[in-house]
Amino acid sequence: MLTAPSLTYSLIAPMLIVLGGALVGVLVEAFIGRAHRAAVQLTISVGALLLALQQIWRIRNLSSTSAAVNSVTIDKAGIFLQATVVVLGLVAVLLVADQDNFVAQASAVPGSNEEKSSLQEKSQQTEIFPLFLFAVAGMMLFPVAADLITLFVALEVFSLPLYLLAGLSRRRRLLSQESALKYFLLGAYSSAFFLFGAAFLYGYSGTISLSGISAAAGSANNVFLLIGIVFVSIGLLFKVGAVPFHSWTPDVYQGAPTPITGFMAAATKVAAFGALLRIFYIGFAEEQALWRPLITVIAIITMLFGSLVAIAQRDVKRMLAYSSIAHAGFLLSGVVALNKDGLAASLFYLFAYGLTTLAAFGIVTLVRDSSGEVSDLNRWTGLGKKSPLVAAAFSFILLSFAGIPLTSGFIGKFAIFSAAYKSGNISLVVAGVISSAIAAFFYIRVIIMMFFTDPINDSVSVIIPSVKSRIAIITATVISVILGLLPSLLLNAATTYANFIK
Amino acid sequence: MSLLTIVGGLPLLGALIVALIPSKSSELIKRVAFGATLVIAVVSIFLATGFDKNITGMQYVQSNTWVAAFNINYAVGIDGISLVLILLSTILVPIVVLATWHESDVGRWGTKSFYILILVLETMMIGVFAATDLFLFYVFFEAMLIPVYFLIGGYGTGNRSAAAVKFLLYSLFGGLLMLASVIGIYVIAGNQIGATFDLTKLATLQIDNTTENLLFLGFFIAFAIKAPLWPFHTWLPDAAKAATPGTSVLLLGVLDKVGTYGMIRFCIALFPDASKTFTPLIITLAVVSIIYGAFMAIGQKDIKGLIAFTSISHFGFITMGIFAMTSQGMSGANLYMVNHGFSTAALFLVAGWMMIRRGSSTIADFGGLQRVTPVMAWAFFIAGMSGLALPGLSSFVSEFLVLVGTYTRYPVAAVIGTLGIVLAALYILIPIQKTLHGPITTGNENLKDLSLREKIAISPIILIIVVMGFYPKPVLDLINPTAEKVVVGAGFTDPIAKMGK
Repeated sequence: MLTAPSLTYSLIAPMLIVLGGALVGVLVEAFIGRAHRAAVQLTISVGALLLALQQIWRIRNLSSTSAAVNSVTIDKAGIFLQATVVVLGLVAVLLVADQDNFVAQASAVPGSNEEKSSLQEKSQQTEIFPLFLFAVAGMMLFPVAADLITLFVALEVFSLPLYLLAGLSRRRRLLSQESALKYFLLGAYSSAFFLFGAAFLYGYSGTISLSGISAAAGSANNVFLLIGIVFVSIGLLFKVGAVPFHSWTPDVYQGAPTPITGFMAAATKVAAFGALLRIFYIGFAEEQALWRPLITVIAIITMLFGSLVAIAQRDVKRMLAYSSIAHAGFLLSGVVALNKDGLAASLFYLFAYGLTTLAAFGIVTLVRDSSGEVSDLNRWTGLGKKSPLVAAAFSFILLSFAGIPLTSGFIGKFAIFSAAYKSGNISLVVAGVISSAIAAFFYIRVIIMMFFTDPINDSVSVIIPSVKSRIAIITATVISVILGLLPSLLLNAATTYANFIK
Repeated sequence: MSLLTIVGGLPLLGALIVALIPSKSSELIKRVAFGATLVIAVVSIFLATGFDKNITGMQYVQSNTWVAAFNINYAVGIDGISLVLILLSTILVPIVVLATWHESDVGRWGTKSFYILILVLETMMIGVFAATDLFLFYVFFEAMLIPVYFLIGGYGTGNRSAAAVKFLLYSLFGGLLMLASVIGIYVIAGNQIGATFDLTKLATLQIDNTTENLLFLGFFIAFAIKAPLWPFHTWLPDAAKAATPGTSVLLLGVLDKVGTYGMIRFCIALFPDASKTFTPLIITLAVVSIIYGAFMAIGQKDIKGLIAFTSISHFGFITMGIFAMTSQGMSGANLYMVNHGFSTAALFLVAGWMMIRRGSSTIADFGGLQRVTPVMAWAFFIAGMSGLALPGLSSFVSEFLVLVGTYTRYPVAAVIGTLGIVLAALYILIPIQKTLHGPITTGNENLKDLSLREKIAISPIILIIVVMGFYPKPVLDLINPTAEKVVVGAGFTDPIAKMGK
């Protein structure tokens, strides 16, 4: 007689709730009238995320960790990362709810009569909500996945909705669709790399579980392990946008609807770095001599390249894209550090950076002219005169990205670099401060444009945001400010929760 | 709560009050800001009267946990050196506010933001000199760039935004190099005595030579950019030319002192061995600064540029005095920091009034001011004489001490440095002759002399310059014990007998 395996529902409840919310959302599309869909969908999404957060809070101190037949490990760090994803999702969903940024009817060919009529009807593509929830669920699963197959499934669960969402921009639709296709094709390649590497790791160790791979260290030919590590890393480094696997980042960031860009930049980083940290801290820690030099070099190249190329950008979304590449480099220092400090620093950094990023993209959605969002930086001149508050908030965010003291970005940088220094990777610290200095240049240039340059005639204006966007932007900015002044509030939690269990 | 924290917190309170006043009532904003800075100045004098100069350790200490995870504390305390610099800041700010009453009227963002920025900056200036926690110091050190950046970029003249950016990028670059060193020393402390940022504990670390040299350089370059030492000085003339006179006073008079203060408090105290290694190089740079600044000053056609380059020359003297590693040199350098603050303030403020009246900052546009505006001319004359260290005025004492202190260890450097004094006569006397004396050039006939407000503003500075020239003892009494402690703590003994001053 077969006994059903125990899934330990209690531990995976947060993910199940979000997935359930997504499924209900699909049903809503089928059964609820068009007029009410947007409101119902938003309620479901926010409700599911809040409930998930409550469930994460409930399990935060549980001692059992392994769930779903050992395919996931809900340990302290995993709980912290899941909570981060959900919090970022909550802020992002409020930005996404501003339907103004999304296409009226995705299936209509850009420029066609069909598109015009759907715009006139004010129809909305409310499927974005279930897609968004699927992505969040995948991102929650990714950093707690304990074996290679679950990792791959999670990777696909959060990537596929993102490929779709990236193509749903309301304006400049061809650019948006092009970026979605690019993201999809390159993403498919990277998934293939990941699977290829997973196969080698299985061949090497005879198991797919991360702890099994760790236990098999030294037992067989290292070449297979190295090939496995390299290819799995390529798949993951693609998702975090590390050089040389970054080339999709600027195009997709620019083309995707801005709220989705913000969500990708913030939450995808959390999920992908969560998984990277788990894989390297648990699966490959025994063989660190093999991969540490590689990742160190990639981290250094990533931070320097991102900072340097960002200088040349004239589009705010592309500039933020390169800045996110540079930040990926900083975060990789936390992976290379391979100590408890590095993990705690990464957890803090991911949360703080994610919120700041959402606030940044939230503000980008507000700066518009008659034809929609204006991301050309030259037209942001004099914004400080027209809307001092928005310009001041954006300046604060940029200073946080630049890592000026009294911002959360500074504490994150300090934490991650001191962990890297502690682990002996001084070259990373030096490269880090140099690229921070380079990066300061282009962040400050935007502040100059907004405050020290007079507005030109065709300049743009800041629209009055809807209540939803306002809540999202204000929450994200205020938390960033608080984390800069009183980092202990989060830092203590990050230190307590910086613990992976094999 | 220590009185020190109160002094540091009051400007923030003032900024908050100013923020609550409606933007329209700009006269009220100015009065409140002036009142607040005056109160701070008075309270800071209590700080001095309650200070026990027989104790060489930190006083008014307070320590509260800020970030427990990294053992970062809000830890403050002052010794003689920091006390005089805090007094310099708190006394200069109300004078600047009064002297430059109309400076904020023409800016980009109006009066309110101007005074909020000034008050926030004052908190940071006090904080940076009071911090006894390395991380806290770093936070103030970097964060105070932001208000200055907006003060230059928003209220300055000419190519202000470019100058503001140059200032910010230079300082940030230095600051980030320093951050690497801060992280380094923090990790080393973590390995040896447990993670800490406490300065006295950090000074006990045993660091191997190569690491110590690198960490030292991270700190030193940051401070050499701040205090501008040749070849890190190029941002200063641009910033000084673009900034308003009031901002320039705070920038050159106080903020740049953070650089020289940092050399004493961090470079020498934390890395005595590396300081020894690099002393010859630093003395050379200092001498080059003295001579280069002087020559450049002689060639200046712009008054603000002139004052900026004289400051580079004077910062050379200060740095030379610090790294001569004698107690006279160290005391002299400390005294010089204070005196330079006041004499630069006098020069910039009077020059600012001249420029507003004439609508030009070119030296050649002035002439015969002595007859048109006698009071202003005398004020400029005395400020100039203090700048060239005329005996009887405050700068003379400090320059003398620095040169004597340096001579005992580095006679060649001292001799070349003395050449700087000769050049100083040139760079001060030629502009004074051109602007104050000679025939009244066209456009200057109807200039108004100083108003009552301006006279009230400049008189305390002139008074200090003269009194400190004849009777520097009260300040030296505060400085000497600490200065000696620094020199001895770095493992040096004076080559000659103890000074008798």
